[in-house]
Amino acid sequence: MHNRRDRMIAFSMILPSIILLGIFVYGFIVITAQTSMTDSTATQRLSRLPANFVGVQNYNDLFSGPLDTRFRIDIVNTVFFTGLFITVCLGLGMLLAVLLDQKIRNESLFRTIFLFPMALSFVVTGVVWKWLFNPSSGINYLPTVIGLPPAQFRWFISEERILEFNWQDLPTILAVIALSIAAMFTLWFAVKRRSRAAIYGFMLVMILSFLVFSGVTASLNALPNPETHGFNLALIAVVVAAGWQMSGYTMAMYLAGLRGVSEELREAARVDGASEIGVYRHVVFPLLAPITLSAIIILGHISLKIFDLVYVMGGGDNLRIDMPGLNMFFETFRGQNFGRGAAIAMVMLLLVAVVIVPYLVNSFRSEAKRS
Amino acid sequence: MTVTAAAQSTPPRRLTNRLWSRVLVYALLIFFAVLFLLPVYMVIMTSFKGTAEVNISTMWQLPQTFSIDAWRTAYERLAPGLSNSFLLVIPATVISAILGSLNGYVLSKWKFPGANIIFPLMLFGMFIPYQAILIPLVQFMSSIKLFNTLPGLILVHVVYGLPITTLIFRNYYAEVPNELLEAGSIDGAGFFGLYWKIVLPISLPGFVVVIIWQFTQIWNEFLFAVTVAQNTPMVTVALQNLSGSQIVQWNVQMAASFLAAIPTLIVYVLLGRYFIRGLLAGSVKG
Repeated sequence: MHNRRDRMIAFSMILPSIILLGIFVYGFIVITAQTSMTDSTATQRLSRLPANFVGVQNYNDLFSGPLDTRFRIDIVNTVFFTGLFITVCLGLGMLLAVLLDQKIRNESLFRTIFLFPMALSFVVTGVVWKWLFNPSSGINYLPTVIGLPPAQFRWFISEERILEFNWQDLPTILAVIALSIAAMFTLWFAVKRRSRAAIYGFMLVMILSFLVFSGVTASLNALPNPETHGFNLALIAVVVAAGWQMSGYTMAMYLAGLRGVSEELREAARVDGASEIGVYRHVVFPLLAPITLSAIIILGHISLKIFDLVYVMGGGDNLRIDMPGLNMFFETFRGQNFGRGAAIAMVMLLLVAVVIVPYLVNSFRSEAKRS
Repeated sequence: MTVTAAAQSTPPRRLTNRLWSRVLVYALLIFFAVLFLLPVYMVIMTSFKGTAEVNISTMWQLPQTFSIDAWRTAYERLAPGLSNSFLLVIPATVISAILGSLNGYVLSKWKFPGANIIFPLMLFGMFIPYQAILIPLVQFMSSIKLFNTLPGLILVHVVYGLPITTLIFRNYYAEVPNELLEAGSIDGAGFFGLYWKIVLPISLPGFVVVIIWQFTQIWNEFLFAVTVAQNTPMVTVALQNLSGSQIVQWNVQMAASFLAAIPTLIVYVLLGRYFIRGLLAGSVKG
């Protein structure tokens, strides 16, 4: 139906957007990648000297430089924060969605209440929760309203740390985790009599156990001295604030999914003798699995690049809730170490890409199949 | 309906069970609603207290004397940020919505070879951590003399808003039947003719979703505001500056937080349905 001239016009209308995104996204990422391999700083830029190429030195420093503890703290914080944040949002979001799915009176009122924090800025959330988490006031003093003694947890300035480990042991820890997962899958494949998969799994288990028990992973300790990391309990405060803001989002996703499960299907399960809980367990939840996956990916990429909330709550001085995004900002715009800042940014990009790229590829492959 | 028929035939014990589960559902809902609203209660209450009254022992109590001093101070401190943000949000939202609509129209109705590869590549731009483009962005903005200017920040928000606005419009226009456009092209309408006569008139809901989404996002944004336009502070930067300084009282901070949140909250309460659609569109397939 479309003639050639109109096709050309159509393409020329979208071309500026493609070019802009090409430059602002891909072009800039390439420049950041280049910068991350130099020792570029403010002095070098002001004096207009070319920056020295240093290869992967900046990355080496970040992961194993004796003085760069901060980045390693950030990575550990990010992992724990992401895990806890996703768990809270999925759990609470699902609970709220199921509650709202019970043919509730005033459903839209409740929905509005659970979702309104999504309309706020992380900066507003940060300022408000900083006040609420003030250890000598705030929610610690909520119990006093009904005559109880105030709570003692120091929230985002808590110094407590659990699940401690030595950074030097990290290769071994990761290998052991991989080993246990591989072993579980191997067993499962063996039980299901999928012999080829089981054999591959068994080989992987053997390789990993060799690496662990022969001491190869233990010798991979790039740090000269032991360095303790762990789950800073101060992160719980950030999880509460971020969860308060984002749980409504998972609720909305699940609610949209629940509305897609037809009443006939549920009724059919009831006729087959399923209880109300059974209907959810056997009919509804399996249908929500793809939504859970999307939610994990969306929440995961938000938490990996979180910046404003921790900036407001921690201000860059509180390393217990520090994150790579914050570190990059201070390294680049306060410390003027562009090379180092760019390296942190590239690690962040890589973490997000690992999550997002398969998701995008998968979405569009299935879309191409449908059309 | 089958549901009522089933309810009538259930024995009494199951009826009381059902009653109890209803009570439990409402109790949980009310519990969580109170939990979600607790910070709001705190913000509003603290903001109406006088400076002398903001102390630990009376933290959760209602103000004894009703004072709007905190609101006045907060407004004075935040006013430049509020007006800067409006000057940013309105043009940035309008431009990115128009571009998104055109892009979505092309990608859904005028597919060109390679479009299925270009589009995901465009979408990737909305997921990246912006730290990964921040250093070259600042250099680029100063080289085109837009660093630390309002037009510069508008440009940044338009460009990085393109993926989501394009996505929402593309999915919206995908629902428009092709027959409608074919009928138009028989009448001799070309690319713009079809857009103007057929697509644009039915685009209103799409525009509402996109405009609400972009408005909220840009209003709430912090990273670009604090790096690309430090000298023209947006409302989020102004709020952070106010909260970061130790001397500002909590009642002022709470009033300022509320002020900063009012525009997006109004949009959300009035047009929540469309807000949720934008939210769900963010998960790619929607």
